Amino acid sequence: MKIVTTAVSFTLLLFSLSASAKVNVFACEPEWKALVETLGGEHVKAFAATSAFQDPHYVEARPSLIAKTRQADLLVCTGAELEVGWLPLLLRQSGNASIQESELGFFLAAEQVERIEIPTVLDRSQGDVHASGNPHVHWGPYRLLAIAKALSERLIRIDSDNTDDYQANFRAFEGMWKKQIKSWETQAAQLKGKKVIVYHKNWSYMMNWLGIEAIGDLEPKPGIPPTSAHLASLLKKVRSTGADYILVANYQNDKGALWLSQKTNVPVINLPFTVGGSEKATDLVSLYNEVLTRLTTGVQQ
Amino acid sequence: MKSHTALASVTLAVLSISAFPAAAGKISGNEFNPAISLILDGRYTDIDNSELELPGFQLGGEAGLPDNGFSTGHNELSISANIDDKFYGSMTSAIVYEEGETEIELEEAYIETLKLGSGFTIKGGRFLSSVGYLNSIHDHAHDFADRPLVYDALFGGHLVDTGVQVRWIAPTDLYLNFGAEVTSGSEFPGGENEGGNKGLAFFIKTGGDINISSSWQLGASYYQSEFDVREAGGHHHGGEEAGADNELLNGDVDVAGLDLVYKWAPNGNSKRINFKLQAEYFVKNEKGSAEFSEDAGMAEANYDGEQAGYYIQGVYQFMPAWRVGLRYDQLSADNTITDFVDGGIDEDEFLEESGLGVEGDDPTKSSLMVDYIPSHFSRIRMQYSKLDGGHSDTNDMIILQYTMSLGSHGAHTF
Repeated sequence: MKIVTTAVSFTLLLFSLSASAKVNVFACEPEWKALVETLGGEHVKAFAATSAFQDPHYVEARPSLIAKTRQADLLVCTGAELEVGWLPLLLRQSGNASIQESELGFFLAAEQVERIEIPTVLDRSQGDVHASGNPHVHWGPYRLLAIAKALSERLIRIDSDNTDDYQANFRAFEGMWKKQIKSWETQAAQLKGKKVIVYHKNWSYMMNWLGIEAIGDLEPKPGIPPTSAHLASLLKKVRSTGADYILVANYQNDKGALWLSQKTNVPVINLPFTVGGSEKATDLVSLYNEVLTRLTTGVQQ
Repeated sequence: MKSHTALASVTLAVLSISAFPAAAGKISGNEFNPAISLILDGRYTDIDNSELELPGFQLGGEAGLPDNGFSTGHNELSISANIDDKFYGSMTSAIVYEEGETEIELEEAYIETLKLGSGFTIKGGRFLSSVGYLNSIHDHAHDFADRPLVYDALFGGHLVDTGVQVRWIAPTDLYLNFGAEVTSGSEFPGGENEGGNKGLAFFIKTGGDINISSSWQLGASYYQSEFDVREAGGHHHGGEEAGADNELLNGDVDVAGLDLVYKWAPNGNSKRINFKLQAEYFVKNEKGSAEFSEDAGMAEANYDGEQAGYYIQGVYQFMPAWRVGLRYDQLSADNTITDFVDGGIDEDEFLEESGLGVEGDDPTKSSLMVDYIPSHFSRIRMQYSKLDGGHSDTNDMIILQYTMSLGSHGAHTF
């Protein structure tokens, strides 16, 4: 009798453990960790594989990442070949069936929206090009909302017990985000038509959104570090057409940018590229706030 | 105008939810399904002596030194893809041109499960064993132009065989990977065996992050095989030496090893600056009846040997695209020969010709390399190595090498 009671209580304990178990999320980048935490609330436990100080193109399938992938219920990554150098390897090493490409636990943000800058010619002489377009979709606020909707629906399919909470979280996020977009658009109206030099095509979605014009990249080709010959040609360009800012993400080498700035007096603006990239950028809203404030006030660093 | 843009993006965003439910976004470069990648490897070598002589070690497999002058190395063609939702498949073959002949070598051809779950993965086919650290990494992805001496001396280059591998990842934050392999056991340092299934390997790998800038991996591995006949004789590309026959009969071999890798990059951002420290140690025990015959003469003896070796290397990327590396290799052998039978070849000649005689100092090798990696896909490298020990004089080598990768973007193992 005692054994039966023990067995029953043990089963109950197991049951209650699984009922209260959180959805274990492996996010490739901090922006997706932030988004899934907003949408999942107390029902998710998220881990970010990269920090805001790392270039997500250049991460390795480290032992710690394999261990985390093994335990994940849901993988939220950018896709569009951003993680091509390490994510396929993590998936194959993990021994985790539920996050493989054909499964519900596999979610790619860039796949949910239309991407820009899809190359018409695929040739490596053009640098490290992404065949499926620019992967840095979290800088398009409307796209981000579409991604949030799809991600929320995915959470519901994975963890249907908490459907009501997920729906409520999404509605709250949607309302807040739409309001933010309006206020950001008002705040950034003055940026329309500004000319900038970027390090890499990180900001294309934001610049399209706000009507900022990119007149050159510090990288001669995507993924290729700035060369002196290329910097010299940029200098010529800036001198003839003028430029308002040079944008560098916080994980990029600003040496070339500072050199160009010194020669031309065009200010360098150092921007956090994702959540955690600066002290104030603690979630998606504060990240957008921080970047737009730095752009509109021309804060240099 | 701006409101138009905004309106357009709203419309696009709304459209994208419905119209692009699973559009072309991918994480792997399989525009050409399957992913195809070609490695081009060419070199110019200036070397005192292309013959690899390591007294005390019976060389096999692909152990050897590059030829003098211009040569093409391993030009590798690799094809891989998810086969369906349950399997992944990969094949890598090397096209080697040497001494007027073109050979195609099957380096790897395996399938791997994707959906066993619970941390389990099974791999089957011909594959590079997961023993050690460098063993499962193809030569073109190594940090030096040639393999560490211990790999050439104990494994004949790489331990590669046909069979099955099972591995399991523990559900812990500390990376724990346990694996076992059953293979034909007929590849060097094993040999032909009746069942064609005598190769057995075990490995455990663990690792983690020390902080955001540095991480480590530690591995231990063990391999064993029994064989009826093992042919030895060094580099096999050009065929065996005419008239000479060097065999080990009814033997068994086991190899145990430890490997350590440490990587550092400021904030984990390896693009600008990074450092990699790597060391491996192996000890091999083998015994059997050694037979050597040449022309009309022959000799035989009982052989029981213990051979060990290690290397330690550091590679530092001091600025984007530029790396410099140092490596030190050392080997030692302790062989016992008993019951020698002279059939026209005396013991001294037998010891030298069979490779079992230990003489001279322990072989050591020091290497310095500099490479330039302008993109993910190209690399130009220069390496200087100095090989000492044994009965040969110091062997100096300078290699100028290119390694280029065409096609799909490969993934970086740790």
